[in-house]
Amino acid sequence: MCLAIPALIKSVKGEQAVVDIDGITRDVSLQLTPEAKVGDYVLLHTGYAISVIDTEEAGETLKLLRQMAEASL
Amino acid sequence: MKYVNEYRDPELAKKLLERIHQRSRKHVRLMEFCGGHTVAVFKHGLRQLLPPNIEMLSGPGCPVCVTASADLDKAIALGKLPGIIVSSFGDMVRVPGSQASLQQARAEGADVRIVYSAQDALEIAQENPDKSVVFIGIGFETTAPTIAASILRAEQEKITNYYVLSLHKVCPPIMKAILDLGEVRLDGIICPGHVSAIIGSLPYRFIADDYGIACAISGFEPVDILLAVEMLVEQIESGQPKVEIAYRRGVKPEGNPAALKLLDTVFEIGDADWRGIGVVPASGLSIRKNFEKYDAAKSFEIDAGPTREPKGCICGGILRGVSTPLECKLFRETCTPEHPVGPCMVSSEGSCATYYEYGTGVEKPAWT
Repeated sequence: MCLAIPALIKSVKGEQAVVDIDGITRDVSLQLTPEAKVGDYVLLHTGYAISVIDTEEAGETLKLLRQMAEASL
Repeated sequence: MKYVNEYRDPELAKKLLERIHQRSRKHVRLMEFCGGHTVAVFKHGLRQLLPPNIEMLSGPGCPVCVTASADLDKAIALGKLPGIIVSSFGDMVRVPGSQASLQQARAEGADVRIVYSAQDALEIAQENPDKSVVFIGIGFETTAPTIAASILRAEQEKITNYYVLSLHKVCPPIMKAILDLGEVRLDGIICPGHVSAIIGSLPYRFIADDYGIACAISGFEPVDILLAVEMLVEQIESGQPKVEIAYRRGVKPEGNPAALKLLDTVFEIGDADWRGIGVVPASGLSIRKNFEKYDAAKSFEIDAGPTREPKGCICGGILRGVSTPLECKLFRETCTPEHPVGPCMVSSEGSCATYYEYGTGVEKPAWT
């Protein structure tokens, strides 16, 4: 029920945006993420973007995980 | 898909598992609160891969499952009133109430529409100006802001035939209620990822501070969940419970301020009736007085009749973490996804549907 999936914002018009989800496009509302802009990835839940994905944090988490994996080889 | 595939990397998952096996010594019981986490844990076979001293329990984090029969009966009674279109998310339509489900009410002539989004329900209202459209508002903090947004849009666009039956619930108070019941001893909680995208990490602080229970907010891919488990094990083994975020790409400590503001504009904290638990004070969201013209509970006379729980169904105990689907006599016999008796078999994130779909959590997964 609380499922949310990453979607890439392709265009923005007012509070609505068109997003790409693995090749599928659809209209979504940006009412909950007014800061979202074209090129951002958002977490999409029931037609609304609920969070802008923090690309820096995502990169940092993966970097740490990969360092950990290498260190324990 | 970007931000998904990286977190399904089997090599990273194996390394995290190695670390968990090395570090974990104590016998611990961890609850994954969210139904989405239960599905991910079962789908990827994570229970079987964790050390035997780590026990995983499923919690009440499935909004469809925790909707009380009495509330469901109200939704069905609304659907039977003349001139009303009831709209709801898909799973909700199939949950049996005391007498019938919304799906059965539809077969008997009620106008029940399944929608993907509250935006769709608003559009139905615009397309049917001579009808009243009631959206059955279920969901936690993840979904409630979207319903708040739909009410504000109705206000802006002067849509006067749109109503919400607010059955929304909030998570931290029910976690407290389960801990206070004292039926299950927990050492750690995997906190819900997308609820936390809205509320942040601070509302869980009391769990670590007052109850000494470890908390980690997790995403929904296997690497996310294993990272959360690793954080919990570290907190427990070092005796330092706190709230950590294993899902930093989606969750900030302060949550989503715009969504929280919308929530606070439209809703106020109220009591909520949870299936299997009962009425828990301050665990739900009611529509504020200045938006009461959108409140279906105040706009219509609802006579739902007496409430009856399905006979033999133990969904209540399953939602509190004291029973598993395997202990239910109806499971796989009379209760199946095609013919569900209780809500935990209806929702795709319900524990019973998950056990039915992915096995009992003891078979070793193929990817290892």
